[in-house]
Amino acid sequence: MKVTFKIWRQAGGNDKGGFQNYPLDSLTEEMSLLEAIDILNEQLVHDGQEAVAFDHDCREGICGTCGCMVNGHAHGPGSKTTLCQLHMRSFTDGQTITLEPFRATAFPIVRDLVVDRSAFDRIIQAGGYITVRTGAAQDANSTPIGKDDADIAFDAAACIGCGACVAACPNASANLFTSAKIAHLGMLPQGQPERNSRVLGMVEQMDDEGFGSCTNHGECHAACPKGIKLEFIARMNREMVTASITRRKG
Amino acid sequence: MILNSGIPGGPIETSWSRHLADLKLVSPANKRKYKVIVVGSGLAGASSSASLAELGYDVHCFTFHDSPRRAHSIAAQGGINAAKNYQNDDDSVWRLFYDTVKGGDFRSREYNVYRLAQVSVNIIDQCVAQGVPFAREYGGYLANRSFGGALVSRTFYAKGQTGQQLLLGAYSALSRQVKAGTVTLNTWTELLDLVLVDGQAKGIITRDLRTGKISRHAADAVVMATGGYGNVFYLSTNAMRCNVTATYRAYKRGAGFANPCYTQIHPTCIPQAGDHQSKLTLMSESLRNDGRVWVPKKKGDTRKPANIPADERDYYLERIYPTFGNLVPRDVASRAAKRMCDGGYGVGPTGYGVYLDFASAIDRLGEDAIRDRYGNLFDMYERITAENPYKTPMRIYPASHYTMGGLWVDYNLMSNIPGLFVLGEANFSDHGANRLGASALMQGLADGYFVIPYTIGNHLASVTPSSVTTDHPAFAEAEASVTAGIDKLLSINGKRSAESFHRDLGKVIWGKCGMSRTKEGLETALQEIPAIREEFWQNVSVPGTGAQLNQSLETAGRVADFLEFGEIMIRDALTREESCGGHFRDEHQTEEGEARRNDEEYSHSAVWEYTGPDSVPNRHKEELEFKYVLPSQRSYK
Repeated sequence: MKVTFKIWRQAGGNDKGGFQNYPLDSLTEEMSLLEAIDILNEQLVHDGQEAVAFDHDCREGICGTCGCMVNGHAHGPGSKTTLCQLHMRSFTDGQTITLEPFRATAFPIVRDLVVDRSAFDRIIQAGGYITVRTGAAQDANSTPIGKDDADIAFDAAACIGCGACVAACPNASANLFTSAKIAHLGMLPQGQPERNSRVLGMVEQMDDEGFGSCTNHGECHAACPKGIKLEFIARMNREMVTASITRRKG
Repeated sequence: MILNSGIPGGPIETSWSRHLADLKLVSPANKRKYKVIVVGSGLAGASSSASLAELGYDVHCFTFHDSPRRAHSIAAQGGINAAKNYQNDDDSVWRLFYDTVKGGDFRSREYNVYRLAQVSVNIIDQCVAQGVPFAREYGGYLANRSFGGALVSRTFYAKGQTGQQLLLGAYSALSRQVKAGTVTLNTWTELLDLVLVDGQAKGIITRDLRTGKISRHAADAVVMATGGYGNVFYLSTNAMRCNVTATYRAYKRGAGFANPCYTQIHPTCIPQAGDHQSKLTLMSESLRNDGRVWVPKKKGDTRKPANIPADERDYYLERIYPTFGNLVPRDVASRAAKRMCDGGYGVGPTGYGVYLDFASAIDRLGEDAIRDRYGNLFDMYERITAENPYKTPMRIYPASHYTMGGLWVDYNLMSNIPGLFVLGEANFSDHGANRLGASALMQGLADGYFVIPYTIGNHLASVTPSSVTTDHPAFAEAEASVTAGIDKLLSINGKRSAESFHRDLGKVIWGKCGMSRTKEGLETALQEIPAIREEFWQNVSVPGTGAQLNQSLETAGRVADFLEFGEIMIRDALTREESCGGHFRDEHQTEEGEARRNDEEYSHSAVWEYTGPDSVPNRHKEELEFKYVLPSQRSYK
């Protein structure tokens, strides 16, 4: 299998970037896209050229490290798929595959396809937790949680923090990411005491980071490798209204 | 090298509480004066950072990831054990202890394992309080599943994403402390050396991966929670960036490395498809709850699995091990798969695969029930192989997954270097020669939430806070050595990538020190590895500079350490003239092909001491004593 990679190269955040073409042959359909880039990088390194910088780690779709735009789609054309789970069988022989970094003001470019998503960490730090001191917990079965609620909480908690939702959104909004954590904790009895302060703190931080507003395009859900649902955004908005009216931070 | 395990002795049931009562305390007002460095942000690193900060220590957490949530704990699938007995199936702390000591093939410390079983119940409480969405029954109570090596259901789980949910719980606790200003979080920062002052761990040298800046950090104690070394095999289920650098560099500074040859080969991974492959993907052990392992009875049978009638299939685990069946421990299941494939019964394009078949479970429970339990795993399998496991059996084959060996620690989780603590997979303490499924998450969180918060105080109470600054000559020496190492890698300008050397090393280690090992093979490996290393230092290519994000440079540094570390692993396997757990020497097996231990000569942990760059390391012993679970031939029949 033969393809041409058209890859965004940028030495550093403040440097000018641009596309470069890299034709590559002797690929196979069983290879993952990242393994094809591995092969490209081996060739570059062999020739003494700098390898394409890209984020990746677990290569099984759970760590959330990988991610870039593939032919204009975050994580590529597949649905519910991370970049590392994308295989060359998703492309045709001779195709040009364009790779560029996730683009958002709140995700500054570090190098080539690598962006800085630490804004997500700061949103979690602003309230994405339940305050419980180590050792202070009661017996795990002392608070039953109905399976339906537990399942919704789980679905929201499945977010891997990859940032595809932001990259796919025309406004670079982080509403899906933020709302998933708010829904996860808000569905559980343990999350109730800090429910108001959580949504107020996290939404404020999200705005401070420079993410855009949500205008209900739904691109975030379409791009999400874990299929996080739009209903969590509605849930967040409702919690935001309640918390703002009661104006309580605790 | 002095190896004093410091186990409390006396009745095992009360040993931990008696030990706690004897530990020295640091007063609440003084805790903030003590600076503690935690390296790593996985289950052990994040849980210890959060817990130590809650206590009031000045915690500085370092991770080379862009976010603490990326640590490889996140990829653990199946579950976490705890002796809750919520299923009323006669589970207890004793049984979890017993299963873990037996599962480890009598090569772990009884007292450590007993403590692990005791605190297991607190972990589940803590995680549920944090909002970890464990699977529940319709009545709202927690659900359990079964795992290998146990006859009770004590595994708590969150679909096939248990590690993710537990790590996000620990990450949220860590995030809360970052916000509170009690943890200073350093992301994109890789440890490159440990700094010792007067024989005590007093700091680290790091490299900022974005800018290349080398920094010195002084502290009153250093906690390493940097994971295992499974990537020494090159192909493994570990994440691509998992490495041995932190623990290996601590070893070079004098920390003992214990039992490096104890590596776990997990039986259920997706088989390798070709030479391009960069990693292998695990299919959780939990699948063996409902999946049945089989191969065709006829050698070289290339029929589709659906066309092979039931009486022409060999459900070999159920046949050989009727009591545990498909849920035998990992080492046993892996070797059985290897024997079947070596014997010519393997399936798939390479012949190195066996079937894991869900047809009977789907008949019995329906496809929806199976989807509910394992949906994400089935999806993951289909994405990689383009085959639908609801319709056709999965093909699986063993792969490197976990390492039981690691830095030697005492009962307080402190290495032989005072002030250096080692947690989680990075230490060697609890799993002996084989880890049971769902016990890695348990150990990482036990160490971080419920052991280190108590034991670190015992050390700090005898230390004057901030007694060492980064002006000390030891920091200058360590920084100079790190900088020289980086400059050397950048200046070779050879023709081969570091990855290509890593692949060569992996082939040697997998071939000679994988699922079965022989004296002859290990001795050959001792010749081959230095040759690869020599070529590496003459012909590696690391383009770019050190003052930028340079992933080729990062990889080269890690591969350089693996190339040295691999040799110790081989030496350890060579000197352990017995088979135990994951360490299987062909020369030492029973007539039925099971591991044959040699308790008379090898009932000890082997601890390796660095003696210099071109010198053979010293092998020390920590003798093991079994007073409660008497060593016997492990039987799962």
